[in-house]
Amino acid sequence: MNGAEVKGVESPAEPLEWRFSQVFGERSAGEEVQEVDIISAIEFDKTGDHLATGDRGGRVVLFERTDKRDHGGYRRDLEMMDNPVRTHPEFRYKTEFQSHEPEFDYLKSLEIEEKINKIRWCQTANNALFLLSTNDKTIKFWKIQEKKVKKICDMNIDPSKATGNCNPACSIVKPHVTNGGCADRSYGCLSKDFALPAGSFAALHFPTFILSCLSKEGKKGYLRHHVVGIFQHAFIALIAKDVLISDTKSSECISKMLIKEYLFKVSARIDSYGTEKVQQMVHSNETSLSARCRRIYAHAHDYHINSISNNSDGETFISADDLRINLWNLEISNQSFNIVDVKPTNMEDLTEVITSAEFHPTHCNMLAYSSSKGSIRLIDLRQSALCDSHAKLFEGMEAPNSKSFFTEIIASISDIKFGKDGRYILSRDYMNLKALWDINMDSGPVATFPVHEYLRPKLCDLYENDSIFDKFECCLSGDGTRVATGSYSNLFRVFGCTAGSTEATTLEASKNPMS
Amino acid sequence: MATVDEPLYPIAALINELKNADVQLRLNSTRRLSTIARALGEERTRNELIPFLSENNDDDDDDVLLAMAEELGVFVPYVGGQEHAHVLLPPLETLCTVEETCVRDKAVESLCRIGSQMKENDMINWFIPLVKRLAAGEWFSARVSACGLFHIAYPSAPEMLKMELQAMYSQLCQDDMPMVRRSAVSSLWKFAAIVEPAHLKNNIMTMFENLTQDDQDSIRLLAVEGCATLGKLLEPQECIERILPVIVSFSQDRSWRVRYMVADQLSELCQAVGPEPTRMDLVPAYTRLLRDNEAEVRVAAAGKVTKFCQILNPELAIQHILPCVKELSLDSSQHVRSALASVLMGMAPVLGKDATIAQLLPIFLFLLKDDFPDVRLNIISKLDQANEVIGTDLLSQSVLPAIVELAEDRNWRVRLAIIEYLPLLASQLGVKFFDDNLAALCMQWLQDQVYSIRDAAANNLKRLAEEFGPDWAMQHIIPQVLEMIDNAHYLYRMTVLRAISLLAPAMGPDITCSKLLPVVISASNDRVPNVKFNVAKVLQSLIPIVDHSVVENTIRPCLVELNEDPDVDVRFSANQAIQGIDHLMISS
Repeated sequence: MNGAEVKGVESPAEPLEWRFSQVFGERSAGEEVQEVDIISAIEFDKTGDHLATGDRGGRVVLFERTDKRDHGGYRRDLEMMDNPVRTHPEFRYKTEFQSHEPEFDYLKSLEIEEKINKIRWCQTANNALFLLSTNDKTIKFWKIQEKKVKKICDMNIDPSKATGNCNPACSIVKPHVTNGGCADRSYGCLSKDFALPAGSFAALHFPTFILSCLSKEGKKGYLRHHVVGIFQHAFIALIAKDVLISDTKSSECISKMLIKEYLFKVSARIDSYGTEKVQQMVHSNETSLSARCRRIYAHAHDYHINSISNNSDGETFISADDLRINLWNLEISNQSFNIVDVKPTNMEDLTEVITSAEFHPTHCNMLAYSSSKGSIRLIDLRQSALCDSHAKLFEGMEAPNSKSFFTEIIASISDIKFGKDGRYILSRDYMNLKALWDINMDSGPVATFPVHEYLRPKLCDLYENDSIFDKFECCLSGDGTRVATGSYSNLFRVFGCTAGSTEATTLEASKNPMS
Repeated sequence: MATVDEPLYPIAALINELKNADVQLRLNSTRRLSTIARALGEERTRNELIPFLSENNDDDDDDVLLAMAEELGVFVPYVGGQEHAHVLLPPLETLCTVEETCVRDKAVESLCRIGSQMKENDMINWFIPLVKRLAAGEWFSARVSACGLFHIAYPSAPEMLKMELQAMYSQLCQDDMPMVRRSAVSSLWKFAAIVEPAHLKNNIMTMFENLTQDDQDSIRLLAVEGCATLGKLLEPQECIERILPVIVSFSQDRSWRVRYMVADQLSELCQAVGPEPTRMDLVPAYTRLLRDNEAEVRVAAAGKVTKFCQILNPELAIQHILPCVKELSLDSSQHVRSALASVLMGMAPVLGKDATIAQLLPIFLFLLKDDFPDVRLNIISKLDQANEVIGTDLLSQSVLPAIVELAEDRNWRVRLAIIEYLPLLASQLGVKFFDDNLAALCMQWLQDQVYSIRDAAANNLKRLAEEFGPDWAMQHIIPQVLEMIDNAHYLYRMTVLRAISLLAPAMGPDITCSKLLPVVISASNDRVPNVKFNVAKVLQSLIPIVDHSVVENTIRPCLVELNEDPDVDVRFSANQAIQGIDHLMISS
């Protein structure tokens, strides 16, 4: 599911009005784009209130909607009234963490990049956010939670300077250390006949906690987006009434989206306030965000992981590499089950690889995966343990007369997405956005939106410089009425996909999207 | 003052370490919460320790939380007994909401333990409100925990509250989150067990029936177990009317995982519905499972053949199950055949001698020739069961080739497995058969290339000597073993020493002194130090067996000599052995 939240569209036929909204990670004029800063994964959560991006440097950066939840219950009502002064969704930086580090597999003499390939949000619990992030080999389960900042003081014993309120305790210690060297032994070994001074138990007390106070400014230490400067980084496009998230990232030679050093500024600011000592027992609700890796799912993939996807049962997820798909339980990190294996016994017979895989949004047993040969297979986990045979196969047939050397290359599907209700699958190959395969109809796509038709005469050149292998992602709006995908030159395309819609917009990821 | 035997400083340290930066120290302290509580006394535990824990149970480390959840479950005596037990509820309530399943489960377990000790009035004032709060919790984790507490809260609730609790449970069974429904279905039988029969028949069964229709496979999967547990609570007639159809429909579920569960839980399900309905209605369901498309399901079903047949009469078994068994013996999946092989012979007593020889034996013999070693091993491991029905003569000729083949299998784990079955085979097939056919194999294993096999072979000789007695061993084992001490390879010479140390206790002092000991003593002049220090070790093991004079006259001089050896390890072992002698002298 793509997280883009689309709100009450009056008429699908009415084209959307696009305006620039926000940019994160602006770069100053003439600044070089660092490789590690290039965004490699982006994902909204189910509610559209949170956005996560992963970059080639293995970092995950989270953003949150500023107008969320405070009036959550009423938003729908507000939307029902056709209120012209609707507030635009606005996002702010929330936190970032280092999800993956570069590694070296010594057994295979293989370098494992830290680049984040995919991020998927998981079920929220206890006000904490959960997400899965993966690089080529290792999937990690992260919990991001607000923690009250606490400092411990008023201990019973201060090992460095045994003074102050721990005197009674210390006075007891001494004879023991001299008598029998009890300090090394466990606590229970002390002699029973030792007489305690009467009332000494009263001296025991519990450590108290000081809540370190972040200043208001420090807590809300997000960077307001810059509106000045040249727009060319991560951006969130805003329509008058609808939010659609563009997806023009993909190959690095296209739009370069970054989120950068402002993060350091923010974290530095939080640090300086966070360590500030405040007087005892100040009760405050100030918090800091912490990300903790809860589980690591490793050593299950021989090839590069291209997708991860959560099941609707809330307990399992899949990870797909070029040749295999594995099923995991979120709570068990040391075993996974192989459910699809397309590896031929002889690798020379290899003709197609898995390019993307996704679970059905509501049916726990359905899963779709796409291949480099341009087919999408729908498999039913109920049928057998190893799903070598597919329940349904969707193949887009090129007209036989148009067959050329490039036919197979450009047929490769780079991304698939299920629509929110699970009836349609959206797919993207090099030339087209094959919007909406109806999973009940496998004869052909319901609709096809050409994206790169103008490149057809130039396929030869594109093959020469390898651009023909570039991968683009695709997404559906939350209400399923529009689909979007990326292209070259900072462009992305949005199509209306309701019956009769002719909407087809090309937007540039810039401050003036309608260029 | 409560208990004064615990000194104060360690307590103070423990308290401090509850908040130490080092997880291990926090964990240690948490595990010793009872020590802290005893030092503080009941009142301060109630007033200070428990509130402290309630405020500070947001530890990042699950192990600490788990330990806390566990400790609090046995804390009732430390807070002043049952009338104060309710003070323990708040920290556990928080632990019931964390996202880590094992912590929640432990907290629920502890709450149940505390709840079952609380007075009825306290239950109404403290426990039931807690259950209600959790059941209405904002996050699924709280609601998941709530499901496991209803059966404790319910009995002490007044009538009105009982209705409310039932309604709440019903709500949990229909929760939006699959996690909550899973928890509701797993805990349903506990709740059902304490609910009044009338409510059980209506409300609980309605909840259950809805859950058996759930879209999520994982929920129906758990409902299979529910069939067995709930079925036992219902009256037989009720069970047949309401549970049996569910079982039959589960056995044809579209998800193989659900069908697998039915096969896996088959014995429990049969117990729940009783023998007569099993014969009537579950036989077709079971044969379907035996012929399932999915190999995993067939594996689970094949493993239940014997248990299921024990419920049936011979006619039904021969008529319905045996044909399936024949098919399974030809199954394409080795795991299915292997599962079948391990239980196949158990059918023999059910079928009787004639049917066994006519129908079961061919399958048995066929599986003995299986390509897959596990299948053959599983058959051989159950040879005793076959023996009882068929008799040795018929078996021995067919089994022998299989045994010899397994004994020479390329895979050492297979060889190891067959060695372990050898004493069983020997006892079943008799001395003569063994002497003629298997004795040579036993010796051959002593010179296997893999240490585990040589070790197991030595052990095997000991077990054989115990089985057939010293006289037999003197004739058939000892000479052959002792011959090998001249082997050119030191590893094999060490194997002989190992065999001697194992055989000696079984052979008794006389044979040990006359036959075994001289060989060991002569081995002390070996040129390889490894053999020599093993000699020392073997000698040490012989000390308790042989007579005192032999120890002093033969063993000690040899050890003293070894104690002068240039090799440090030999000296060490010899010295250990000499100390062993001295120790024995003192104690005797």
